[in-house]
Amino acid sequence: MGGTVKPGYVRGLDLKRGHIDLSHGSGGRAMAQLIEQMFVRAFDNEWLRQGNDSACLPAPTGRIVMATDSHVVSPLFFPGGDIGCLSVHGTINDVAMSGARPLYLCASFILEEGFPLGDLQRIVDSMAHAAREAGVPIVTGDTKVVEQGKGDGVFITTTGLGVVPEDVRVAGDRARPGDAIVLSGPIGDHGVAIMSLRENLSFTTSISSDTAALHGLVAAILQVAPGIHCLRDPTRGGVATTLNEIATQSGVGMVLRESAIPVRSEVAAACELLGLDPLYVANEGKLVCICPAEDAVAVLSAMHAHPLGQGAAIIGEVVEDARCFVQMETGFGGRRMVDWLSGEQLPRIC
Amino acid sequence: MCLAIPVQVVKLLPGENAVVDAAGVQKEISLALVQDVAVGDYVILHVGYALQKLDEDEARRTLELFAQMGQTAPGEAAPTVAGATIP
Amino acid sequence: MKYIDEFRDGKLARGLAQAIRAEAKPERRYNFMEFCGGHTHAISRYGIEGLLPPNLLMIHGPGCPVCVLPIGRVDSAIDLALHRDVTLCTYGDVMRVPASGQMSLMKAKARGADVRMVYSTLDALRIARDEPGREVVFFAIGFETTTPPTAVAIKQAHAQGLANFSVFCNHVLTPAAIANILESPEVRKLGTVPLDGFVGPAHVSTVIGSQPYEFFAEEYQKPVVIAGFEPLDVMQAILMLVRQVNEGRAEVENEFSRAVTPEGNEKAKALVAEVFELRRSFEWRGLGEVPYSALRIKEAYRAFDAEIRFDLGYHAVADAKGCECGAILRGVKRPEDCKLFGTVCTPENPIGSCMVSSEGACAAHYTYGRFDDRAARKAG
Repeated sequence: MGGTVKPGYVRGLDLKRGHIDLSHGSGGRAMAQLIEQMFVRAFDNEWLRQGNDSACLPAPTGRIVMATDSHVVSPLFFPGGDIGCLSVHGTINDVAMSGARPLYLCASFILEEGFPLGDLQRIVDSMAHAAREAGVPIVTGDTKVVEQGKGDGVFITTTGLGVVPEDVRVAGDRARPGDAIVLSGPIGDHGVAIMSLRENLSFTTSISSDTAALHGLVAAILQVAPGIHCLRDPTRGGVATTLNEIATQSGVGMVLRESAIPVRSEVAAACELLGLDPLYVANEGKLVCICPAEDAVAVLSAMHAHPLGQGAAIIGEVVEDARCFVQMETGFGGRRMVDWLSGEQLPRIC
Repeated sequence: MCLAIPVQVVKLLPGENAVVDAAGVQKEISLALVQDVAVGDYVILHVGYALQKLDEDEARRTLELFAQMGQTAPGEAAPTVAGATIP
Repeated sequence: MKYIDEFRDGKLARGLAQAIRAEAKPERRYNFMEFCGGHTHAISRYGIEGLLPPNLLMIHGPGCPVCVLPIGRVDSAIDLALHRDVTLCTYGDVMRVPASGQMSLMKAKARGADVRMVYSTLDALRIARDEPGREVVFFAIGFETTTPPTAVAIKQAHAQGLANFSVFCNHVLTPAAIANILESPEVRKLGTVPLDGFVGPAHVSTVIGSQPYEFFAEEYQKPVVIAGFEPLDVMQAILMLVRQVNEGRAEVENEFSRAVTPEGNEKAKALVAEVFELRRSFEWRGLGEVPYSALRIKEAYRAFDAEIRFDLGYHAVADAKGCECGAILRGVKRPEDCKLFGTVCTPENPIGSCMVSSEGACAAHYTYGRFDDRAARKAG
């Protein structure tokens, strides 16, 4: 007798040839299967296994820090990473920049109709791996599907929760004249890695994205210098934008030394080729630490001792300046402004 | 004017093209505007084309000149600007 | 990077700065114009003006092809992309130039126009080959450095029979612009813009050679020193200009000897001569109509002329009220003299082209030096 319904049998996701369609977002069986077989299976933790729409978490001791980030990077896969691990690292870093220890993440996906399931699996696996390595579980999430043409393959929003002890006060308005500005490593890697894949700009390079979770590095810094003033990761807009933000928030000025700013020679060459300034190019695995001058050496040593702080350097200092300018002594001997980024950095011919 | 940088030719390709290298970054460009370019030569790259070969001897001389000029004290005779005046 | 880093050496810079300070006679003023936008950018980016003595001023000239592109021409490009269903390929610099009706190519793209940024004319050709169903127009701008690449593209399109490819030609000529400045009443008769010499363009000169400048040195008795692109080159050229002025000479000297010869690049020049011819007149933003200052595509290659293919008319459009781009491009006014500078007109919201291109005098000044303490000295 044929045609019996086999109990407990569900046809697996077709990762080779399958694509996202509208049923995956409709709330029905297809969606449940996608969530179960892809997300829950990869992220796998006690909260997701409960199968609820939310996660019930124990109350942490200390002040709660929350941060969120949306990820719309294109291309989705690039040397050194992908949108998946980027979304995990990015939010962990945002939480960590308050001096907090990240505890939990949640992730929501907006998927475009037609997106290949195989690619989605790659992204999800990458997220799972990044989360596990960082020790920060993805405890809940959401999935929506939009019609073809209304999304860029996949958008991911991650929100993170962390906890910061009472005696740690790290914020953008805490920079003071005399503070040292310490950078955790060479700049521009991520932005250049992405640019190298852009159509019409293609160049070959061994540069890969520096995407990384920085909470371990932050913890190492706080251990030797709990009194640091500011932490920020220079993502879009680069170090220049980050420092201008902090200068404005804190009502101070800054003076940098160009010769002290670490840039890989390949990144510098790529920037020369395209007419870009490395100071404005995005990073995804670097941080800027502004600390009292007397802590600078200790902070620098802590960075050097950590795998993600290789190439760290003291790049300048905070000064009194009511105009809140960030200036730089060029390697050449002159001085110039390091202004906010205007518009988008476009490769130049001139 | 213009963004143009000196790069080194590392490989010649058919159709008057070449691969150039700048500190490890490589790009395919056109040699349609220059001639007699060999692997190892330096060229000035602008919008995907080599504009001119870089004369390495002149480059060295120019650098020496910077050093010399910078050491001239006022009143001393200036060193002649070698290779720099128009015939 | 070889041949780049050595030409940015700080120690050598200090030596040259000292020499300039020692040789610039304190009892006179020196005013030099750097014609080329790339030099304007280098001067700003490396803070060179801070290393110069107070009686030596650099005036920023109109050597920025984006800055001198008239609004009407950008309007035509936008029209092609927005209303004529053309794939418009353009260099990055032009994307944000403000045109009529607060439009720009960037904004047109946001409205759905198929505007594509390319690094090279070869990319535009490739797009035309890959998409035979699309009309592909390359928006060609630039001085003599950028013209040969366009010539190559047109020749290749011709050889490959690429019927869907054409070029909107806005190539302009350096010597014509220099002559225009030197002929302006402020310079020649009134003497309100004292000009003691020129820092000649780097890469334009690799193509045209150093010979074309001899006319200016001779006719107007102004020294010209062709300078390389790096900051040490610029400082060296300034020193050489100071010496020429002190010694009463008006010669053409070539500091960029590693890439510039008297004849320039004959192969490139021949290619340009094959494909282009002079326009009798062309409007430059800020300079008005300048005779024999621009190129158009020759008869033999007219099939690839977008102006003919799409019957593009030209409508002159005046600069925005209060915008001083014209005077600034001629070196008659400085960015600080413009009422709109830094208030209404900023890099975020550029009113005129001097603010759009990063080498435009206003953008360079805004980004690198707007509140420099030297501003006070300049006014004096």
